[in-house]
Amino acid sequence: MTYSYFPGCTLKTKAKELDSYGRKAAEALGVTLEELDDWQCCGAVYPMAKDEIATKLSSVRALNSAKQKSQPLVTICSACHHVIKLVNNDMKNDENIALRANNYLGFDEPYKGETEVIHYLEMLRDKIGFDTIKQKVVNPLKGRKIAAYYGCMLLRPSKEMQFDDPENPTIMEDFIRAIGAEPVEYAFRNECCGGYMTMNDKSLAQKAAGKVVASAKLKGADEIITACPLCLYNLKQNTDGSLPVTFFTELLAEALGVK
Amino acid sequence: MQRIGVFVCWCGSNIAATVDVAKVVESVKGEPGVCFAQDYQYMCSEAGQQLIINAIHEHKLTGIVVCSCSPRMHEATFRKTAEKAGINPYMVEIANIREHCSWIHKDKDEATEKAVILARAAIAKVNLNAPLQPGESAVTKRALIIGGGIAGIQSALDIADAGYKVDIVERSATIGGKMAQLDKTFPTLDCAACILTPKMVEAAQHPNITLYTYSEVESVKGFVGNFDVKIKKKARFVDENKCTGCAVCTTKCPSRKGGNEFNCNLDNRGAVYIPFAQAVPNVAVIDSTRCLHFKTGKCGLCEKVCSAGAIKFDQQDEIIEEKYGAIVVATGFQISDVTKFDEFQYTKHPDVITSLELERIMNAAGPTKGTLLRMSNKEHPKDIVFVQCVGSRDNTARGKCYCSKICCMYTAKHAMLIREKYPDVNVHVFYIDVRTPGKNFDEFYRRAVEQYNVDYIKGMVGKVYENENGRLTVQAVDLLADRRIMLETDMVVLAAAIEPSSGVKDIASMLTASIDTNNFLTEAHPKLRPVESPTAGVFLSGVCQGPKDIPETVSQAGAAAVKVVGLLAKDKLVTNPCTATPNELMCNGCSSCERVCPYGAIDYVEKEVNDHGKREVRRLARVNSALCQGCGACTVACPSGAMDLKGFSNRQIMAEVDAICK
Repeated sequence: MTYSYFPGCTLKTKAKELDSYGRKAAEALGVTLEELDDWQCCGAVYPMAKDEIATKLSSVRALNSAKQKSQPLVTICSACHHVIKLVNNDMKNDENIALRANNYLGFDEPYKGETEVIHYLEMLRDKIGFDTIKQKVVNPLKGRKIAAYYGCMLLRPSKEMQFDDPENPTIMEDFIRAIGAEPVEYAFRNECCGGYMTMNDKSLAQKAAGKVVASAKLKGADEIITACPLCLYNLKQNTDGSLPVTFFTELLAEALGVK
Repeated sequence: MQRIGVFVCWCGSNIAATVDVAKVVESVKGEPGVCFAQDYQYMCSEAGQQLIINAIHEHKLTGIVVCSCSPRMHEATFRKTAEKAGINPYMVEIANIREHCSWIHKDKDEATEKAVILARAAIAKVNLNAPLQPGESAVTKRALIIGGGIAGIQSALDIADAGYKVDIVERSATIGGKMAQLDKTFPTLDCAACILTPKMVEAAQHPNITLYTYSEVESVKGFVGNFDVKIKKKARFVDENKCTGCAVCTTKCPSRKGGNEFNCNLDNRGAVYIPFAQAVPNVAVIDSTRCLHFKTGKCGLCEKVCSAGAIKFDQQDEIIEEKYGAIVVATGFQISDVTKFDEFQYTKHPDVITSLELERIMNAAGPTKGTLLRMSNKEHPKDIVFVQCVGSRDNTARGKCYCSKICCMYTAKHAMLIREKYPDVNVHVFYIDVRTPGKNFDEFYRRAVEQYNVDYIKGMVGKVYENENGRLTVQAVDLLADRRIMLETDMVVLAAAIEPSSGVKDIASMLTASIDTNNFLTEAHPKLRPVESPTAGVFLSGVCQGPKDIPETVSQAGAAAVKVVGLLAKDKLVTNPCTATPNELMCNGCSSCERVCPYGAIDYVEKEVNDHGKREVRRLARVNSALCQGCGACTVACPSGAMDLKGFSNRQIMAEVDAICK
């Protein structure tokens, strides 16, 4: 299996582990991730404004590059996935945005949302299958009680993201089971960590992140995993640090024996 | 060539505002056969009908076209008018320029053009119409009620009291339905069992009523006045005539792991059980999926303890065939699936329950003997939160777009009953709107607020979760105060949307009765024929037609019964003369028509035919015109074009198509 791969800027700086372990694990699973040559920053926030296209263009370029290679586009950072997936939906469904973006970019053939955008976790679930992963695990993480933290961007808006049930997601818990550990379900796994607020109101971000960690602890978790660099930063820096927080790819690499 | 009159109705402004009726009149005047055309404000009024009669006399018309509303509305009216003026009623054609035209278009030019085209099609057809004579069919003086809840019971009692035989088919082991599960009923707070069980007994003892419990309708054939129904009486593995209802077997049964449906699975029942103490019939039933005897061949304890010798492990399903003149659908409702609303944690936490489950918890015969307890730890709650509209008025894929209608009232009832019995419990109700129209209903709700101090909060709950105190935290918004609120509570009660019972689709297709997008059965007319299905002889009673409370259900059940009695009181019914007839020279006996006929009206005969001088015996389709309902399925299915429908012949249909495409 070969996929186009969009790492995103944070994965080249603050969240190198999310990227490096993701690549190693993919290799161990027999998947080739081809990093797009010409990817640019996704902007990290999906622009809701209908009257401007500038902030959508980098996503459209990446999507079109994947289309040229006839490959699905795999993302791994929650924010990148959120932005690219929603922009792709716009290119598919919003004639006005699609027309203006295509006019500006002037591809040989207009891009109309043809590329399939999948998150790394979706690739594990839908393309590889958790059962297959289970068989390839050489180092099952037995006895580890892991709380999956989804955050908000992977799940919502659920109708567009089509990732999982936003109120009762299971994909990360299934992932945790597949690598041999025990998932811990807790109330705040799908609540916002307050990450975006950390610059202008740190106390608010601390409050929100603190709730997530306390809620996971209450249910007996020993550690938290996430797919989002911003969440990871926030859950680490804006809490008492009592629970270790890691990227899900790190545990996958560990379980597959390639860490 | 016919002499045709065209009558274009304004329908007040319903048609005339969107269709230029004068232009329609002018446009059709040159059509073949048309000798007269006129528009009028209300063609269905007495003056309008007189206008038609006068025109028929004056212009010696032989056929008429009325451009008006749907034929479902006034075809019968105008046929009578034609008959009064001395022409055959089947020489009338309706061009539907209201539902099919003016109501769905905005542009007047386009709508007018379409109205003219529809009128031309009807004119082309009426040119080929021939006078038809309706026949007669007999009426079987017996009614079938599908569903034994309060709706079915009431309809049955009313029909039986009028002197006709009625059979109730109920798929569960007892009649009583959802009402039997209720504790108290609004707005008077009398106990449901006290008012329902006497009716159940009356139904069982009525000389004109036969109960088929633990039975399902297997197939329905025939038509109004003459339905042939097969009923499957599922094996109870208990002899109904011998069982005394002593219930000894139910207490001895060792297989007790499965949930008790009557108590919403909040406790367990044995594999042999009587649904509840007042069940009618008061006869045990063995659930073969749970019974150890059926699973392992051993046990048989119930057989040993039954002093009446009623246990019959070898009992088989039985098929009962019966004829009916009328059928009442009273299949009721079920609670919709709340597992899709996981923000409320229904699947995860035992203290999050549905209102029907609370109903059982509050009931003296329920799993907690009527004591309000948290299901998680069996402790007395201090706070209860009710969430209304869970799945109702919800346009997303997981909910229902409609209002379930009963939830505001039963939630007020629950709140009030809890405050009355346990004044120390704080009750909070989250609502979108409180909708309490109905006699003494709003007063009832006001009493909950003003007299019982129930805390009503306008807003919805976004999340429920277990907190560090072992209680539940409810995260919500108070829209009136415009603030986010966090409430700590011990129980959360969800007023889940109601939906038509499972299996209603199968019943509807058996009866060829139509259902809407929410699986509610459709009435023949939403205002004027609310208890009749568009399928003749099929009537609707209770929630199967739309959400309603007990008083409304009972009224509708009575109304359906009156319609049934009106039908059964007739000795003969006029049959539709628009029936299918095969052309014997073209029929090749292939059986295609027989296969598609939903009424079993077609069979085959060996018959000698004279095919242009060649005499031979052929297998030919034969239509029983008493059974044929004129649906036309056979005319479409026939590969050789041998089947034709009177009044809707292939030639007539093609003439209409030609007129439209001209």
